Amino acid sequence: MNDLIANWTRKDLISIEPLSREEIDTIHQLAARFKKLLATDPDALPSLKGANVLNLFIEPSTRTRIAFEIAAKRLGADVTLVEKAASSLVKGESLRDTAQVVEALQSDVVILRHSAAGSPFYLSRILHVPVINAGDGAHEHPTQALLDTFTMKEKFGGNLEGKKVTILGDILFSRVARSNIYALQKLGATVTLSGPATLVPDEFTKLGVEVDLNLKSALADADAVMLLRIQHERQTSTHFPSLGEYKSMYGLNQERAAWLKPEAIIMHPGPVNRGVELDSSLADSERSTILQQVANGVFNRMAVIYLCLAACGKIKELSQ
Amino acid sequence: MSNLLWIQNGRVIDPSNNRDAIGDVFAKDGIIVNSLTDDEKQAAEVVDATGLVVSPGLVDIHVHLREPGQTHKEDIASGTRAAAAGGFTTIVCMPNTSPVGDNPGTIRRINDSITRNAVVKVYPTGCLTVGMAGEQLAPMGSLKKEGIVAVTDDGLCVQSNEIMRRAVEYARMFDLPVMDHCQDASMTRGSVMNEGYWSLRLGLKGWPSAAEDMIIARNVVLSRHFDAHIHMQHVSSAYGVDIIRRAKKRGIRVSGEATPHHLFFTDENCKDYDTLFKMNPPLRTEEDRQAIIEGVLDGSLDIIATDHAPHTEDEKDCEFDNAPFGIIGMETALAASLEILVHSGKCDLSFLLARLTHKPAEILNLPAGTLSTGANADVTIFDPDMAWTVDPARFSGKSTNCPWNGMSLRGKILRTIVDGKTVWDGHQIINT
Repeated sequence: MNDLIANWTRKDLISIEPLSREEIDTIHQLAARFKKLLATDPDALPSLKGANVLNLFIEPSTRTRIAFEIAAKRLGADVTLVEKAASSLVKGESLRDTAQVVEALQSDVVILRHSAAGSPFYLSRILHVPVINAGDGAHEHPTQALLDTFTMKEKFGGNLEGKKVTILGDILFSRVARSNIYALQKLGATVTLSGPATLVPDEFTKLGVEVDLNLKSALADADAVMLLRIQHERQTSTHFPSLGEYKSMYGLNQERAAWLKPEAIIMHPGPVNRGVELDSSLADSERSTILQQVANGVFNRMAVIYLCLAACGKIKELSQ
Repeated sequence: MSNLLWIQNGRVIDPSNNRDAIGDVFAKDGIIVNSLTDDEKQAAEVVDATGLVVSPGLVDIHVHLREPGQTHKEDIASGTRAAAAGGFTTIVCMPNTSPVGDNPGTIRRINDSITRNAVVKVYPTGCLTVGMAGEQLAPMGSLKKEGIVAVTDDGLCVQSNEIMRRAVEYARMFDLPVMDHCQDASMTRGSVMNEGYWSLRLGLKGWPSAAEDMIIARNVVLSRHFDAHIHMQHVSSAYGVDIIRRAKKRGIRVSGEATPHHLFFTDENCKDYDTLFKMNPPLRTEEDRQAIIEGVLDGSLDIIATDHAPHTEDEKDCEFDNAPFGIIGMETALAASLEILVHSGKCDLSFLLARLTHKPAEILNLPAGTLSTGANADVTIFDPDMAWTVDPARFSGKSTNCPWNGMSLRGKILRTIVDGKTVWDGHQIINT
């Protein structure tokens, strides 16, 4: 473990954008070790017994919240959940006050899900303990990109160099897309974005990706296609005519999947709108990595929690 | 005994009279005079301006004083002190107070407070529409009787073209200029910064320039068809500047203002989610910023105004999405404008001062911005080259939401004189 800990100095994980390739690889290597230990020798996992993990979920989430909770519990940490509906945040308490309460309650790490982009940076400026971003508005969702690229590495023999990944759908409002763009590029893959023009602005090319609104050519030479959920809860009503039109133009079905290379994989961060962006027959097929992604999400989040706690000396403190 | 003032040996720059020469300025009982008698000179208060610039008091026609109703942010006393510290002797306050300035009683109350509390001259504006709701005309005639100098729904923009058409026609009857905050609200719902590369990267809801350009163009059309003077507030977009430029070439009666912050910063400044860079209209791209500078230089944008918009530290201390729009600007306006326009060599001092003195006064027909004989003795004395570090904690206003915080700027206000009396001595407010 110590070899990997030595490669990680960040207190927080807020975005993929500033990370080096080595840092991403470090997280992946630790996640891989955790995955192996859990399968072979769970007792040999390092222990975070005595550590308090706070899941601060100001925006609703199910799978990310549960994955973080399981990740923390697998390492023996205690987990407390604070959700907006059940907290003083609905009484108008500010994020600053919430943060100070968190600190006073002696949480050791805060996992923040928030609808406002940049809010984890705000929190990390106030808190001394690690802040891990579980998704902030349309900004980033770093652990999702870590588990996605981890899954791709597993599928592609450990290396993403030269691979082509097409991300399809609602890119404009997607933090998953942004984090994956950065992670994939750092790991040597190239990224193509596709979807309706209103959800895939050309401006994205300035991030070094290709924008190709023609679905057929965008899929043709992809090694992986990553679908994004069409987000009803965000303001997409003015961005495309209807779910039916979306499905007819961009929904991935058997016919369009035939445009892909035979070995190309189909990914989705979930939850899937079955029959809209992805047909069930594909979501549940051999080509789909959806459940593998979910499982890998736990190991990657274990690794992130562990590394951030190590970087601020908490691991050493717990072992004493 | 008369109140006598003798400002000696300064570089007197009075753009309204094409004056830029070393010389003296005299005032008697608050009025600029040609000279004083020998006896009067003996008795006069002498101000040595050697090595300094002596200018007409600066004029800012776009200020939020937050009184009544939001006096935790600013009030007429504190806001006019901030003005004095920034060299402004005449300011115009916006009506988006609480209650809004859409009725004679509120305007009278504001004027009462001005009489009691202001250390510089303040002229209120009135609303264009009742409640700034954009649906029914405000009683502009009655508001004018209470002393408003223009009408505006600043902060909001009248969305209905029909209401705006009737508003400009009606305002014309009273010679009231219409000032408009140009923003198509349907295109900016939930938006918090300029739409572009940085909004995409930061994941913040973008605000397209087109939303501003659309209304600027609308106002040009209304001005053309209904012969109204419409003043475009805080123009921030390159294409918007161009629309105004072309309208002016055709003789259409529109004018425009640039703020120091749109001259100075771009949307890249939002990259750390710092709410001090959240304003309305938003900071735009470098291309836009250059176009604003060009617009000031070629006269498409007639003047500089600050859109001084105080908010408390607590209000700004939150997630970017949740922070209120706006920054304070009066205490940094001259220095920031000097940096971008004069120290960079883009224009001379006289050119800049015209945009901060007689030109804004002329847009709203205010008796200010000149050192002509017989004018009010409102004078600002400054050192254009003196460097200082911006420390909002030392400002004279109530709020500290200043994006120049910590920066070193050149250009320091050393004395502000209203009606022949010093109200700012370079260090503190002098309240007589």
